[in-house]
Amino acid sequence: MPPIDQNDRYDPVAGRPTLILGGHDFHAITDIVARPLEGKTPFAWWLVFLPSLALLGLLGVAVSWLFWEGIGVWGLNVPVGWAWDITNFVFWVGIGHAGTLISAILFLFRQKWRTSINRSAEAMTIFAVMCALIFPGIHVGRVWVAYFMFPIPNQMGMWPNFRSPLLWDVFAVSIYGTVSALFWYVGLIPDLATMRDRAKTTLRQRVYGFFALGWRGSNRHWQHYEVAYLTLAGLATPLVLSVHSIVSMDFAVSQIPGWHTTIFPPYFVAGAIFSGFAMVITLMVICRSAFGLKDIITLRHFDYMAKIILVTGTMVGYAYGMEFFIAWYSGNPYEMFTFINRATGPYAWAYWTMISCNVISPQVFWFKKARTSIPILFVMSIFVNIGMWFERFVIIVTSLHRDFLPSSWSYFRPTVWDVSCLLGSFGLFFTMFCLFVRFLPMVATAEVKTVLPQADPHAHPPPERTPLGELLTNPGGH
Amino acid sequence: MATFGALGEFKSPADLYAACERVRDAGYTRWDAHSPFPVHGLDGAMGMRRSRLPWIILVFALGGAATGFALQTWVHKVAYPLIISGKPYFAWPAYIPITFELGVLGGSVAAVLGMLGLNQLPRHHHPLFEAARFARFSDDAFFISIESADPRFDASATPRLLSGVGATHVELVEDGS
Repeated sequence: MPPIDQNDRYDPVAGRPTLILGGHDFHAITDIVARPLEGKTPFAWWLVFLPSLALLGLLGVAVSWLFWEGIGVWGLNVPVGWAWDITNFVFWVGIGHAGTLISAILFLFRQKWRTSINRSAEAMTIFAVMCALIFPGIHVGRVWVAYFMFPIPNQMGMWPNFRSPLLWDVFAVSIYGTVSALFWYVGLIPDLATMRDRAKTTLRQRVYGFFALGWRGSNRHWQHYEVAYLTLAGLATPLVLSVHSIVSMDFAVSQIPGWHTTIFPPYFVAGAIFSGFAMVITLMVICRSAFGLKDIITLRHFDYMAKIILVTGTMVGYAYGMEFFIAWYSGNPYEMFTFINRATGPYAWAYWTMISCNVISPQVFWFKKARTSIPILFVMSIFVNIGMWFERFVIIVTSLHRDFLPSSWSYFRPTVWDVSCLLGSFGLFFTMFCLFVRFLPMVATAEVKTVLPQADPHAHPPPERTPLGELLTNPGGH
Repeated sequence: MATFGALGEFKSPADLYAACERVRDAGYTRWDAHSPFPVHGLDGAMGMRRSRLPWIILVFALGGAATGFALQTWVHKVAYPLIISGKPYFAWPAYIPITFELGVLGGSVAAVLGMLGLNQLPRHHHPLFEAARFARFSDDAFFISIESADPRFDASATPRLLSGVGATHVELVEDGS
């Protein structure tokens, strides 16, 4: 099919500028997306992959040492029984949420621009949930009894306590990981078929073919497929909102001042989307220039994502303010102390790092120049992720380090093993992401094709019709 | 070797859409359209009925939720009754999160497996894959296949119909099995 001849900036059907630039036809889109998977491994890929793999090795060492020696290798002490472990857990779960927001919530809202970024954002979700799940698994100390967390019939006749948010968390995060993986795989099936049909070697054809399940683009299949996809989006939407709400209840249901507050569920969800979009921007800035996707992931996509960052960042800022207001309004001296201590006590440096990164810096996104400048976007996305990591650290550690009993007051300092676990989780994340961009189509080509103007069956006037009767002069067996 | 059916190739979604309407009107029933992406409105142009999948999903979602609620009630009322932080054995509000999560899990698994089941996938071998041009369905080509099992199929009239409704290339596909 020839490229559409209209000016690219104008979509004749929707009456808006086209989402995909460059006037590509369907075949060109397939080529752009498939080429990075088919060529020689670029040198720059190794430059990212090998350090990531080294960090993943560090995670292996850190976790092995932790299992050998116990959680005393971390800097935990008596009032601060949770620190970087749970900070990392909440940080990674939060990162994942933007992937589901893009793939499910924006799908329900018919935001067509999501098609350029949903595949890689969903991959990000799955890898982030993998990183997240490590921490609650390893922080229990006696990992060999971690199966106590699951309702598995056992010879002790013992069952988990379903009335605890910590158990809700086990279910929420593991089901979230499972549903995200299902959603991602369903989206991949048509693109795996594309890779199968383009394969030049038998191995590629067999492997992609195996996972493509014999997909043949049948419209009778597309019908059920679209229903399944829509329903998964409909199920994933309340799921993602429930996951971070439940994560926040790990804190909110306790009675620690600084944790025991009803604003946590919406505040955590907004923060999760905020940090996740920042991670999507970090990854997409790199991928679009490394893999020649500039026509597919355009400045307009970044503009939209920056707006979401501005909105959610401001919501998070509102929550920070509201926490202080409620602490004062409650009249509770412990609550007031906790918040004044948070902003002025020994962890004030962490608190103000969080405020600068999360509330002040995203305000540059009021300006379109900033929303469409790649260097600013990249730097801001890193800032936001630093800020959001600190947000969880501030919530967890500042609330714990001042116990009700002043004699147990303490200060948490990380050890080299805390640092290794955090860096190691980044190693796992980037190793997985490198493998993803090398072996799987990082843009959902079947979905991107649907947003091209020529994909609309009514984009062109219908062809001249021969009357049906003339075509049926020999109607066969009757 | 028997003939599997006729395969016609079209060059755009608009052509495919118009052709589907006419193959539908000609009274064929065992036929299909193949496209790299779902073409908007093609279900109607092919005269297809709504998918039954939502009902399957509903049953499994409710089943998952019911299982979750029953499991928690049984554990806390029957199998392992313990009072923890002063909550009653049947603390049903505390059971809601896991009930909801298991409902989502049941619905999601049913959506994927139900979709594959209704589509009779995985099916790694299919006569259409024998047609060399068919491989481009996953890139930029659009096809209509009409099976020889259709009562109206005729080895000369059916291909003629496909060319008449705008196919740029028509061939008969052998059933290799």
